[in-house]
Amino acid sequence: MKYLDEFSDPDLAQRLLQEIQSTVTQPWAIMEICGGQTHTIIRNGIDQLLPAGVELIHGPGCPVCVTPLETIDRALAIAARPDVIFCSFGDMVRVPGSSTDLFRIKSEGGDIRIVYSPLDAVKLAQANPDKQVVFFGIGFETTAPANAMTVTMAKRLGLTNFSLLVSHVLVPPAIRAILDAPNRRVQGFLAAGHVCTVMGMGEYVPLVEEYHVPIVVTGFEPLDVLEGIRRVLVQLEEGRAELENAYPRAVTAEGNAAAQAVVADVFTTCDRAWRGIGTIPASGWRLSDAYTDFDAELRFDVTDIHAEESPLCRSGEVLQGLIKPNQCGAFGKECTPRMPLGAPMVSSEGACAAYYQFRRIDTAVNA
Amino acid sequence: MNDPTSHLDLENWSCPLPLRDYPTIVMGHGGGGRLSAELIEHLFLPAFSGTVNDIPLKQLGDAAVLEAGGARLAFSTDSYVVRPRFFPGGNIGDLAVNGTINDVSMTGARPFALSVGVVLEEGMRIDELGVIAQTMGSAARRAGVSIVTGDTKVVDAGNGDGVYINTAGIGLIPAGIDLGPHRVRPGDAIIVSGAIGMHGIAVMSVREGLEFGSEIVTDSAPLNGLVDSLLTAGVEVHMMRDPTRGGVAATLNEIAKTSATGMRIVERDVPVPDDVRAACGFLGLDPLYVANEGKLVAFVAAADAERALDIMRAHEFGTGATLIGYVVEDHPGVVVAKTGIGGTRVVDLPLAEQLPRIC
Repeated sequence: MKYLDEFSDPDLAQRLLQEIQSTVTQPWAIMEICGGQTHTIIRNGIDQLLPAGVELIHGPGCPVCVTPLETIDRALAIAARPDVIFCSFGDMVRVPGSSTDLFRIKSEGGDIRIVYSPLDAVKLAQANPDKQVVFFGIGFETTAPANAMTVTMAKRLGLTNFSLLVSHVLVPPAIRAILDAPNRRVQGFLAAGHVCTVMGMGEYVPLVEEYHVPIVVTGFEPLDVLEGIRRVLVQLEEGRAELENAYPRAVTAEGNAAAQAVVADVFTTCDRAWRGIGTIPASGWRLSDAYTDFDAELRFDVTDIHAEESPLCRSGEVLQGLIKPNQCGAFGKECTPRMPLGAPMVSSEGACAAYYQFRRIDTAVNA
Repeated sequence: MNDPTSHLDLENWSCPLPLRDYPTIVMGHGGGGRLSAELIEHLFLPAFSGTVNDIPLKQLGDAAVLEAGGARLAFSTDSYVVRPRFFPGGNIGDLAVNGTINDVSMTGARPFALSVGVVLEEGMRIDELGVIAQTMGSAARRAGVSIVTGDTKVVDAGNGDGVYINTAGIGLIPAGIDLGPHRVRPGDAIIVSGAIGMHGIAVMSVREGLEFGSEIVTDSAPLNGLVDSLLTAGVEVHMMRDPTRGGVAATLNEIAKTSATGMRIVERDVPVPDDVRAACGFLGLDPLYVANEGKLVAFVAAADAERALDIMRAHEFGTGATLIGYVVEDHPGVVVAKTGIGGTRVVDLPLAEQLPRIC
């Protein structure tokens, strides 16, 4: 299949692995930012194929995982209302709030719809004028343009029954927070290719220069990830720290100008809490003042809902790369995909779920 | 009126905890994954036990094997609630006929009779029902199985989804045929009868909110002929299962657990059509977990693997038969895949239905 098989070719993968093998002379720690890349790495066993000293640290790049408990509780409160059709991306539906999840609310009569395009939620609002339609607009820069489009579209159509529950997060401030952490271990980054498809590469130049850290924009198929890893390792071994693009078939330096324009119109930068990590300054987007009419948190008056995370859950340390998921005491015990304590155990892109699903039985894998 | 659940003694069930995770039924309880298994194990089996024909949990297959008057019969039932009712390559009718024929056939039985129960919603179009009934008739004729009894009920508008269909099937197991997890042993070849993932993707491609242009049609087909040709030729088949809900991954996991063996498959050898792979790629799904309705997974003595492949490939519903791996002694209960680029991963039992990923 065009663009799929070519990028998981076993012979080319072997060749890349050999190049990586002959490049590496000492241990290195690299963080893949994006949950999609974590999924590729674990699903294909890439981390097991790397030289022993090369460690991959799984970054905070799963939007489902970093959405704060508080936001989820607010979503659940809105979704439980009888006048609401609550629309969400699929993997958000099973994320646990403090006491329930969207699946359970659906089973108790809530109208929860999984949509594949945010614009489908706008269509639902048109088709159901007597209902309030809410879209759970989460994600990184990747999903932001389509989420923003829902609001511009609703405004153009004069819809008063559509609103957006926004919890957008941004990659560059997260990288900065990881680099500023006193116990930082990460020496190089695979930047998230799809984020850069939208935003371009400019935001990463200051990070490379200030922190002298290699950043390689990387795609999501197995060969993409291996090539990203190889390029970071070459830079590290040569003592270089540069911004490289290993995903040129999708990413340009400038990014997608039209997408950036709609995002700039609809959203404005804000401080944002990341589940398990805490508040990172200027790391999120909220609806800009011109669009507050479409803000579901205001419309349904849920801003006074607050929540505490489980004390057992160490997802914050997992998301910062300080521990591997299976080093958490609750992993596979109190916390499983069926009874997740933290969000990384929920989404298939979450580091804990990926470990649970593909790596639970190490003896099996190594047998 | 009293709460009808008040007499249930949740505390004294063998393992009530999983059920209490969800006080109400959620969609995942019907998804064929862990939640379904727990519902059966912890709610239905304890309630149904205590009769002469009790079947131990570990023998729960898609069909029960019963002895009656010196004959061995396979008996199976399945309900069909697919939405939309019409999808590329088929509809709920042929699905209901083929599905139960296949469940019966997997025991090695030759299915001969089906029952059909329909629950109709007030307002359902008669002409649409006519098309579904015609399709059921031709599916049964194609498979050489008779529809011999039935039932019709109508529910108020809003209390159903057009039409739900239940079929039950019965078949005769030829002398000397004994298939099941108890016969699966290390060394057995794992063969799938053809391309996987087609039915699940075909249905998904026309589901509300997800329409995407696709040439993929359901693989819904009766497998009794294919099974018969393998068994008649004397191939040493140890077990068969049709990988419907939860796909090949769920089937392999169930059999690994009930047979207490490990499974090793080579991901690159699993036949996935390009368009299924592409659809899975952009939906964030894994083809190993996508439903099939006209495929079987056979566990065959290694020495007979080549012959089994030849016989299957000569049959119209087995042309794509492929060896995808072997049963192993290591890691009993666990399915491990060698990945496309040479790594390994555990192929776990899905929790419930797969959810499309966000990006």
